[in-house]
Amino acid sequence: MKVLLSWLNEFGPFADPTDAEAVDAVAADLTALGLAVEEVISTGSPVEGVVAARVLRVEQHPDAAKVRRVWVDAGDGEERHVWCGASNMAAGDVVPLATLGTTMPNGMTIERRGILGIDSEGMLCSAVELGIGEDHSGILLLDGDAELGASYAEVLGIQPDVIFDLDLTRNRPDCWSIAGVARDLAAWRSQPLSQVDGRFAANGDNRSIPVSIHSSACGRFTATVMSGVRVGSSPEWMARRLEALGMRSINNVVDVSNYVMLELGQPNHAYDLAAIGGGFSVRSARDGEKLTTLDDVERTCVPDDVLICDGNDVPVGLGGVMGGADSEISQSTSEVVLEIAWFAPLGIMKTASRHGLRSEASARYERGVDPLLAERAVQRFAELLSLTCPDLVVHAGGADERSSGMPDLSRSVVVRMSEVNRILGTDLKPGDIPSLLDPIGLTAVLNSDALEVSLPSWRPDVTSEVDVIEEIARHFGYEHIGRSVPKPTGHGHLSQMQIRRRRLREVLVGHGISEAMPNPIVAPDTMERAGVSGDTLRILNPLVADESALRLSLRPGLLTALAHNEHHRRSGVSLFEIGRVYPPTGDGLPSEHEVLGVVLAGRDAHAAVAVWREISAALGVGAMIDQSSTPDGMHATRSGVLRAGRDVIGGIGEIAPEVLEKFGVSERVAVLEIRIDGILSASRGSGSYRPINRMPSSDLDLAFVMSDDVAADRLERALRQAAAALLVDVNLFDTYRGRGVPEGHRSLAWRLRLQARDRNLTDADVADVKSACEAAAAKLGAELRS
Amino acid sequence: MTDDITAAVDAALGRVEGAATLEAIEAISAETLGKKGVLAELKSTLSKVDDIEERKALGRALNQAFTAVGAAIDERRAQLVDEERSARVQAERLDLTEAMHQANRGHLHLVTQAWQELEDVFVGLGFTVAEGPEVETDWHNFEALNMGEGHPARGEFDTLFIGHDENERPGDSGLLLRTHTSPVQIRTMLESEPPIYIVAPGRVFRRDTPDATHMPVFHQIEGLVVDRNISMADLAGTIEAFTRAFFGEGFTSRLRPSYFPFTEPSAEFDIRRPDGSWLELGGCGMVHPEVLRAGGVDPEEWSGFAFGFGIDRMAVMRHGITDIRDMYVNDIRFIEQF
Repeated sequence: MKVLLSWLNEFGPFADPTDAEAVDAVAADLTALGLAVEEVISTGSPVEGVVAARVLRVEQHPDAAKVRRVWVDAGDGEERHVWCGASNMAAGDVVPLATLGTTMPNGMTIERRGILGIDSEGMLCSAVELGIGEDHSGILLLDGDAELGASYAEVLGIQPDVIFDLDLTRNRPDCWSIAGVARDLAAWRSQPLSQVDGRFAANGDNRSIPVSIHSSACGRFTATVMSGVRVGSSPEWMARRLEALGMRSINNVVDVSNYVMLELGQPNHAYDLAAIGGGFSVRSARDGEKLTTLDDVERTCVPDDVLICDGNDVPVGLGGVMGGADSEISQSTSEVVLEIAWFAPLGIMKTASRHGLRSEASARYERGVDPLLAERAVQRFAELLSLTCPDLVVHAGGADERSSGMPDLSRSVVVRMSEVNRILGTDLKPGDIPSLLDPIGLTAVLNSDALEVSLPSWRPDVTSEVDVIEEIARHFGYEHIGRSVPKPTGHGHLSQMQIRRRRLREVLVGHGISEAMPNPIVAPDTMERAGVSGDTLRILNPLVADESALRLSLRPGLLTALAHNEHHRRSGVSLFEIGRVYPPTGDGLPSEHEVLGVVLAGRDAHAAVAVWREISAALGVGAMIDQSSTPDGMHATRSGVLRAGRDVIGGIGEIAPEVLEKFGVSERVAVLEIRIDGILSASRGSGSYRPINRMPSSDLDLAFVMSDDVAADRLERALRQAAAALLVDVNLFDTYRGRGVPEGHRSLAWRLRLQARDRNLTDADVADVKSACEAAAAKLGAELRS
Repeated sequence: MTDDITAAVDAALGRVEGAATLEAIEAISAETLGKKGVLAELKSTLSKVDDIEERKALGRALNQAFTAVGAAIDERRAQLVDEERSARVQAERLDLTEAMHQANRGHLHLVTQAWQELEDVFVGLGFTVAEGPEVETDWHNFEALNMGEGHPARGEFDTLFIGHDENERPGDSGLLLRTHTSPVQIRTMLESEPPIYIVAPGRVFRRDTPDATHMPVFHQIEGLVVDRNISMADLAGTIEAFTRAFFGEGFTSRLRPSYFPFTEPSAEFDIRRPDGSWLELGGCGMVHPEVLRAGGVDPEEWSGFAFGFGIDRMAVMRHGITDIRDMYVNDIRFIEQF
């Protein structure tokens, strides 16, 4: 919300707009109050070199129909001509002339060669070009009596001013007005709040107007008849203020209505009395009922919308949002009826959002307008309108109807001093409170060690003890609350699981694999493209249709990343991700769990196995590679599942070629994808000390020829069992296929390191191990290669 | 015979001096000192000398001969070993800059780096680290945080609603992608008893179009303290301690009033850089009594504060990243920089 400093000053004064330091101080104070200042905008600094000039005569350009040559007198006795594209001026008019050398607000400098490159001795300006309004339909016409050669700013009475653009939080409806901001600021500065509005009492005879409320969404509806209205233009200063805050000046009646809303925060609407059929009723809309609002849009209503209807039950306004087009004030209006109502915030919010119509009125009503503001607003309206309508009569006997929806007006709350100091960490005394709360309308009465605080009608957000404590804190000043650091009784630490997750990342990074973070939200067909089956959870209101399913696997994201890198000539990239997947379970929360995905571009399945072995060793967890089944989307002959006991914890191997094609990856890709919740929560054991065996050791190399159908690790396990107690380690050091080895078979060469705990090995020991190994291998159909 | 000894020694010494290889030395050693060497042969003739004195004298001379030749051989051998090693070292010269570069170091994601650093700072301040699910219930994400059905503040969260079937209406299933890490506050309070000192880093989701400063999927860290007599002064002091620990000396913090449904009093916290400029960092406040109640904590007995801010922004600020989207393209040329 925007606030104009000069307007604020009427309640103050707070700062001279030309005093930068004072202006900064106001901005700092507003921020300290929680009225965050987004931007401080200086306005009204006149454009130097623009003066009032009288139009002497206007000539048509011989070739260009839309260009005129205008002869002007800028008061120095010289006749100048300027070329001009506008046509709204005539001889005798006074207009702003930007003289040669003037730099306009948009940065343009006025030079002799003007429009169409023709010699021109200046430029005539529109309001937009001078930065003082939004009217760019023609040249700005100044007062015909203005002194020629005087600055246009002087003629218009433009003063330097400052706009504060406030980012108001939802809990501060009271600050959606100049008066409300001023109240908070004056309280903070301990300065009196000036009363700007005089009292314009009813001065006419009774003109009653029947009003009935049939919807509790409307808590109050007042209607006041005013006669002696002459529709015309507003005073310059009022038009300028409205324009500075982003509203167009329409006519004196509409402008006063807007001015009162901006100043006091009370939306209001003036109808042509002749157009409302003698009265009002407020009711829910009928389903499908139509109303054309002031912005000339036909609105189709639903029963949740509240309509203001005239005496003939014809809708004349969408309650709290916008008036209707048909009862608009016209040039011939002489009697108006001013509606000032109170609507419940939630209903207005829904109506405004349903119709996509956020008006200045709805913005205020949906936050909460003071339900007791009507009288003051009527009087201010009349006072301001009387400036342009000297014969204005405000008639007594207007309507003031209230419904069951009217908010409770006698609210109070008990605030314990002990609670104030417990929550704030302060040492405030009961006597400190009134000076903090009274200026903002919360009246505190001391009652033993607690305060009975009456709550004002303009603070619907304040309802409980802690709400009042916040107000105390605000006006005490957050900066004045001390600083202490609480002492936790426990010590800070990461959990075992978090430590192991970090360890896992270290292992992967140490293996030369970098971390990626793909989006867990994917296109609905992504899982299918990756060959991963299963239903996904869906996002019901996705921003883009492409991102509407929750992933079941990390592979698609990682493959997309590989494709991106390959596309940018970075092949052979190794990436990992530790992230969640979200397989659905029935109706409730999904079985969300953490997964590790590793992709190694340009590498084969053995590289994935090597990564898994590192992880397995570093984290002290085991799992068997079972190639008898292929995980979805993986290479049929180069992949397997990882089994920990009976549970399949993931897949390992290579990505299926058809999946690589779909993702646009041309390299072979080794992959490991495992769920890690179990791995991270497994306990590693304490890793107790084993004494170094100082006995001599001996190596035994054995090569076996075995069918390709039997996994090498089965032979490894068999050898381990056979060598039993003497075995220190067994490693595959060579594989061979080709001459001397039958088709469908390969030779696997193992080196076994043997060592006894308590004695030297004998040749007999080694021979025993060898024959045991041979026998074990034979059970797998493997033969010792001679 | 003395002459024979002298002659044998002279001959041997001469050959040792001329020996050019270790093999030659070993040959000389065998031929002179070995069991069938010249000196051994002379020794075998000693028994034929009858005069005992003469035999003794010859024996001493022979021993001296062994010693002298042996010493000469050892010395020459050592020399030759040195020479051979030097020659080998010379021959195996390597240009160290000739090595072909092979990048072999993996890189943690920038968000992970900031995440871990933040965890470490809070662990140092006595906190533990809590986690929670990314798909949440409406109750945990909104209702328990003092934003019941129809609460206007809900509209500010741009929530992504979850269903099992695309034809469901948003909100019907009661499931959503958490819009902030605050539901972890509720889960922690329900699962454990005060005192509570936790931070909860995590991934959060908003229905927001990505641009240079926003991602629909990003990361936050949330703090929650619930203990006896926790006050706003404790909040301000903790934020200040964090600011100094994470950003360094010369950085300070301030709180200014704001509004969040789940805290009261609420505040924004700003960081003051050493150059005097301010940076809005996050939101905080005293945990609202309704939120404590939703977490099963009696607000009369316990009080608490909470705070939260973006992790991604920490990484962006620290490294001067001008477009936050770059962090999520997973381009190795970006990842390798950090």
